[in-house]
Formats: sequence, C-alpha cells, structure tokens
Amino acid sequence: MTAVELAKVHTRETLVWYGGLALLAAQVGRNLALPPSYLWLVAREIDVIGVRSLVVALTAALFTGMVLALQSAVNMARFGAENYVGPVVALSILRELGPVLTAILVGGKVASGITAELGSMKVTEQIDALRSLGVNYVKKLIVPRLLAALLVFPLVTILADGIGLFGGMLIVVFERNVDAYLYWNTISYWVVLKDFLTGIGKSVVFGGLVTLIGCYNGLATEGGTEGLGRSTTATVVQVAMGVIISDFFLTKLFLFLFW
Amino acid sequence: MAAPIVELREVRKSFEHHEVLRGVSVALAKGTTLAVMGGSGSGKTVFLRIADGLLRPDAGEVLLFGTPIERMREEAMLPLRRRAGFVFQGAALFDSLSVFENVAYPLREHTRSSEGEIVDRVHRFLSLVGLPGTDDLLPAELSGGMRKRVGIARALVMEPEVVFFDEPTAGLDPTNARLVAELIAELRTGVCDTAIVVTHDIEFADLVADRMAILHQGRFAEVGSPAEIHHSANPDVRKFLAGELRAS
Repeated sequence: MTAVELAKVHTRETLVWYGGLALLAAQVGRNLALPPSYLWLVAREIDVIGVRSLVVALTAALFTGMVLALQSAVNMARFGAENYVGPVVALSILRELGPVLTAILVGGKVASGITAELGSMKVTEQIDALRSLGVNYVKKLIVPRLLAALLVFPLVTILADGIGLFGGMLIVVFERNVDAYLYWNTISYWVVLKDFLTGIGKSVVFGGLVTLIGCYNGLATEGGTEGLGRSTTATVVQVAMGVIISDFFLTKLFLFLFW
Repeated sequence: MAAPIVELREVRKSFEHHEVLRGVSVALAKGTTLAVMGGSGSGKTVFLRIADGLLRPDAGEVLLFGTPIERMREEAMLPLRRRAGFVFQGAALFDSLSVFENVAYPLREHTRSSEGEIVDRVHRFLSLVGLPGTDDLLPAELSGGMRKRVGIARALVMEPEVVFFDEPTAGLDPTNARLVAELIAELRTGVCDTAIVVTHDIEFADLVADRMAILHQGRFAEVGSPAEIHHSANPDVRKFLAGELRAS
C-alpha cells in the first residue's frame, strides 16, 4: 500500500469515527425522552461512575494541589509574591486542573470500562439479542450512562476542587509557614464565581464526551477478543486526547462569552 | 388471502466489495416453516438478520407483518420485533444473568406481569425445552445444547407470531441436535406455527420444514416443498443435496 492510499484509508477511518460518534449522539438525543426512563439504571451508573471513582479522583486532586502549591511557593518567593500562592493554586485548579484531571482519570477509567462491557456484549451478540427482543439498547445501555456522567462529573469535580485547594493549604501552612487565614482570604479576594463555574461547565461537557467515546467504541467493536483489546486501548487514548483538545476550545469559548 | 408474515423482495446486501445477497425474494405465509439451506458463507445468516431487521439491506424491500422495515428507524422497529423471536447460532445469552433471568428478561421489559406470573411462565417454557430446575445456573455453566435450548425458551416466552432460527443444530452432538430438532418440530403444533430456520443440515430441515429454499450465489436456486426440492432438476439444488455445492 502506498503512502497516499494509506493516508486515504486513515482519513476515511477518522471520518467514519467522527461521523459514528455524531450519529450516536443524535440517537441518544432522540431516545432521551422515550419511555421507559430506566431511572434505577441511572442510579446504578452514578454509583459505578461516581462513587467508585472518588478515591482515584480525590487522591489525584490532593497531590495536584500540593505539588502546585509547592512549585508556586518556591518560585513566587523569588519575586516576593509568596502571599499570592493561594489564588494561583485556586485559579489553576478551579479553571483547569480540577475538571481536566478529573475527566482524564475518571473518564479513562469509566470509558474504558464501558467500552470493554459493551464491546464484549457486541462480539457475543448480546446487543443483537437485546434488539431481537424489542429492547431499545440505546435507551437501556447508553442513555443511563450518559445521564449519570452528566451529573457525576461536575459533582466529582467540585469535590476534587475542594480537596485540591485543601492540599495547597497543607503545603502553604506546614511547609512554607504561611497563615491558613491568609491563604483562604487571598483566594476569596481574587477568585470569582465564574472561575469556579466555567470549570464546572467544562466538566459537564467532558462527562458527556468521554461517555460517548466509551459507548461508541464499545458498540463499534469488531474482531472478537483481539478487537475488544484494540477498542479499549483506543478509548483510553481518545478520552485523554478528546479532553485536552476540547479543553482548549472550551477555554476559548468561555473566555469569549464571560470575560 | 392474508398478507405474508415475512416478505423479502429483490433484497441485496454487500460487505466491503463482496455481494452476499444478489436479489433474494421470498414470502412466508402464516403456519409455514421455511428452511433456508446453503453452504457455509452462502449468506443464510445475513438473510435471516435482514428478515428480522437486525441488518439493513442495500437494496430491495423487506416486509415484517406487512410493514416495510428496510428504511425504518431502530426505535420504530422495536414493536414489530417484539412480535418475533430470534434464536442465535451461539445462543447470545446474557452472560451475567442466570438461566431464569435470561428467559424472564423480555417479560420484565415488556409486560407488567406479577413476579408469580413471571415465575410460572418461565418455568413452563424451561420445561418445554427440557430444562426444568436450571433456574440458577449461569450460561457459562451450561453445555452448548443447553444454551441453545435456553435461547429458544427466551425467544418463545413472549409467544411470538414468527421465530427465526439461526443454525439451531450447528455444533451440537447428534443427541442434542435431535432434541433441538424435535423441539422445533413440536413448536409448530403449539407455541408458534410460523418460522424460518436457517440450516445446512438436510435431515434436520426434512424434520421441521414444510417449505425449503436453497441459497446459492446470493440467490434462491429453488424454493418449494421438501418433495419438490428433493426431486428438483435444478443442477445447483442437486449438487447441494449431494453435498457437492461450494459457496461463492
């Protein structure tokens, strides 16, 4: 195969992937209002996506807050600006690191799990079995996961934001001997509500995006267990790339809309 | 005359550059069991999946219960599929659910039956397929023949108007194959009198079918009663019956 033919195949596969993802999103949109509501499945997914991911998300947030405070304090001390470590840590966490790291960590874990589960159902014809029984598989398998993710990602991000700020405070107080009151006071002075809300807005989009990627790759799995392995790996990479790339565009959008 | 339960008109289907079905037409009347036969790779399963709307044809018309489904959205097709049953070649049981829950699945999804009614009905159908007392077993704990019979019970539990069987005896030992064949033959006089059975097993087709179709090179070489097929002068049919026909 020549380089041109290879490029054509690659371009075609990429377009098919994006098109498939968009079609799945449209299918989910059409099915949202259709009965039955499967609320118990949404509750189960909240547990799977949210509760069981808390340790990972909050541990990462704690250490991110600590390392950010450590780096900021050491370097800002060179300019005599150590008192402003609080706002730097807070703005970094609330606007970027909280939603992005949570989405990459929780999203990677959750989406790869979804791909593995749906992909395994696909290759063993269980999804076709659902269809043959007259069950709306989009409503049953995808909508509850998406609804749960739209709710859970912002909630986990809020908790991660809080823990990240707390981690920053630990370093500032115990490592740099700065007063905790000063840390929180400078944060409350320099950080405004929209800093927090734009981060939460991002987490909603990330939640939807990573869940759709996980579901689509699962449903598109072909080629038995080998194909399942490929799909799961692809999901981890695409979730990370999708979050980072969409973060740039969301940041541009939010700065344009609210700044 | 009543409309056919299933009808395909000049249906074509390709995968990549390989045309599997090249203009297939057939109509299945109520009370008929049609056996679709052909060699491996002749497109039998593709034909069956198109008939139930699990696959879309590239061209042609597909009517299920008199309704055209070839361009119908997935959500719109669901009520029609609930009136049909589909038995997969590999059974396609839900691997995390027990035998009981597998068979109860369509009842829980589509009916408001009480738990007692569900238990009664599931046990009735598990007995029908010869598997009483297997409620708590998981699919992984079943033999191939048992899995197929659970798949049949799950497809029948809603008492469908037509059942699609995909190679129901493939991969089974002669005893289990005979059991499944007798079960399908029995169904005609009880739960469901209309079916399409895809198979490459002529002996099995003789036992269950009152119409036969031989699929060769993407078309039906011949459709007729078992006697007509066995006495056909069509060279492709004769080769298939003699086991000399190669799929292409």
